[in-house]
Amino acid sequence: MAPPQTEFKIVPTKALPAVAVVLILLVIAVATNRLWALDFFHVVGGGLWTAIDLFLGFVIGPIVGGMSIPARMEFSKKFMPKMLLLMPTLVLMTLAGGWQLARHEGFILSSDKHHAWVVASMIVVGLMAIIALGYLEPANLGVLFELKKERPNGEVIGKLMKRFLYTAGITGAMQVATLIIMTRIATL
Amino acid sequence: MNQVKKLPPVSEISVAVLTLVIAGGVYLASHLPQHVSMTPTVVCIVIAALLVITNVYLINTIPNFAWGTFFLVAKWTLLAYVVIAGTLEYIFIKDGVRGSTLAIMTSTLVLFALNLPIHFGFTVARYADQSKN
Repeated sequence: MAPPQTEFKIVPTKALPAVAVVLILLVIAVATNRLWALDFFHVVGGGLWTAIDLFLGFVIGPIVGGMSIPARMEFSKKFMPKMLLLMPTLVLMTLAGGWQLARHEGFILSSDKHHAWVVASMIVVGLMAIIALGYLEPANLGVLFELKKERPNGEVIGKLMKRFLYTAGITGAMQVATLIIMTRIATL
Repeated sequence: MNQVKKLPPVSEISVAVLTLVIAGGVYLASHLPQHVSMTPTVVCIVIAALLVITNVYLINTIPNFAWGTFFLVAKWTLLAYVVIAGTLEYIFIKDGVRGSTLAIMTSTLVLFALNLPIHFGFTVARYADQSKN
């Protein structure tokens, strides 16, 4: 049997400049308070975040769940480093853009008709953050570091991957609530 | 094979800290720009801070803990979440949040940025090879 391939990057450093550019543009959007720029960051970030969570939770998750441990390991090596940079960037784009947008449009004022839905979205995002940062992201990192070892422990990888896929499914389901809230806000 | 030992509930405490920080932040953010009682958020922050200190103590009590791996993960996580927390802090300042509200929001972000490196570092270090640290 071929030895496990441990030569891969946990953080895809080549993508870091792209993340930096996105963050700089986000800060410029907030600083200039331009409606289009704020809307762009919120819609693009939120759309991708929601779609990826749903796709991961309901399409990729069950497929990976049915794979053998070596196949999961091979998939994780390629997939998880990308998620490590992509998801926090999308989340920050969505939240920062969304907060400023809500402020710009007056949705955060308690007198505004959208306020209750904005608070509902904060609660849903808060719950998703607890699941993602409390369980999903540490499991992602744990798998990557385990895969870096000369003899990765299949049991540990299986346990952490299971946690990753379950929590991805839960956040995917919660994204349905986000879709309902956001479409309600847009049409009130 | 690398055996997983019985360890103190550091991860569970970290999730509790995260929950308190987010709950306090959502409570305050949902009332901005109005003036509301700060007590619920302050209580959340104080309990969260005590739990972070408890976590540091608990990790220190673990024999043969993989500190090398822990710090490797923790330092990069800290850098990432300082950038994220810094961006959010900038937004609050830009929006004119000042005084005690800003102080509380800042404390919330500091705890958020400190808790996650401990959580991520511990999760990875618990499965690390002791011989390599």
